[in-house]
Amino acid sequence: MRRIFFLFIAAIFCIAFNNKLVAQADTHHAITEAHSTDSSVAEHNVLEHKESPVDKIMHHIADANQFHVVTFNGEHIYFPLPCIIYNRSTGKLDAFMSTQLAHGKTYNGYHMHHDRVMPINEEEKIFDFSITKNVFSMLLGVSFLMIILFLVKNAYTRNPNKAPKGIQALIEPIISYIDDDVIKPNLPHKHNQFRPYLLSVFFFILVSNLLGLIPFFPGSANVSGNISFTLTLAAITFILTNVFGNKHYWGHIFAMPGVPKFVLLILTPVEILGMFTKPFSLMMRLFGNITAGHIVVLSLVSLIFILGDNGNSIPGALVGTGFAIPFVLFMSALELLVAFLQAFIFTLLSAIFIGMAVEDNH
Amino acid sequence: MAAALAAIGAGLAAIGAGVGIGMIGSKAMEGIARQPEAVGDIRANLILAAALIEGAALIGMILSFLLGQG
Repeated sequence: MRRIFFLFIAAIFCIAFNNKLVAQADTHHAITEAHSTDSSVAEHNVLEHKESPVDKIMHHIADANQFHVVTFNGEHIYFPLPCIIYNRSTGKLDAFMSTQLAHGKTYNGYHMHHDRVMPINEEEKIFDFSITKNVFSMLLGVSFLMIILFLVKNAYTRNPNKAPKGIQALIEPIISYIDDDVIKPNLPHKHNQFRPYLLSVFFFILVSNLLGLIPFFPGSANVSGNISFTLTLAAITFILTNVFGNKHYWGHIFAMPGVPKFVLLILTPVEILGMFTKPFSLMMRLFGNITAGHIVVLSLVSLIFILGDNGNSIPGALVGTGFAIPFVLFMSALELLVAFLQAFIFTLLSAIFIGMAVEDNH
Repeated sequence: MAAALAAIGAGLAAIGAGVGIGMIGSKAMEGIARQPEAVGDIRANLILAAALIEGAALIGMILSFLLGQG
């Protein structure tokens, strides 16, 4: 069984890592050249416009088609990721490495437009299935999670009545806690039906949050701070509550029992709106918490570059470092707490919403 | 102009978070003082309520960050 998983992981890595690391001299990021010599900094500042700290922060939060690994001597080393484009107008499926589109090059009728792959012919429409930073990080998190959870399952089935040890002792209390305190109280009769979804969403959000906290490759992608990611998870919860809602649930929404008819005129639209605001708040809460944490940490690190005047002022940079590093450590510790807490809260609220919809609470 | 208004908005969001979490924290302190053996339950519910309140405040901060760049 273990061999199959190592093969699976190797397959995933072969798909994702199928090009050598390419060192690209990129002159657009003057702000990261605080360590290079003064002359080359002056040269780069003359050649290109300076990226403000806000642009740099947004660049780190956003998705991208290549993964920035390290900046060595002024050269950016990227980990290129494949672009997979289905052109709806011509019906062609194209797959190529994103290095083909770097630095404004065009390839097969596509070019990079504002950090997105766009067709050169403006009227064509594409479906962009590229493996971007976020997709790669999601795949990595899922593989990591599958390894750990299958190890726990094997340990559990191999000696079912012995005390847990090793990885089982780490994961099994977490699963028991979620099961006993989140799932069973909110879904007293139907917990078997929804436990797979709720546990999966907890671990997926947790792993995505934790991977986003690691500041270097392969972990720096901001997955759970991407609103599409949280929108999808909130939409799945929304679909589950409404597909499995029973007559009580729908009755309470459209015709709340025990209110006079003229109040129903106002109450029913409010209830229908409430059907949408609950998953919306789930989406915004996770997005806001994770993205705000990343922005704060990135802003504190940018302080070093602002005070050091992009490498022109060493004392300023030292003051900036001495001031920013303790705050960054504190914010990162807070972010660790927020990672666990937000995953837990998403799962708890999903359990509550699904429980209110499927259980007979009278 | 947009940046200044965004900064004011972020500050207001922080005030909202501070007031909300301060109120729930103070009630939690009173609860623990009245019944010290319930401190585990109270602490769990305190963290839960704080995270929910902070969610709303952080949504406001994110919006002010995104809208304040124009």
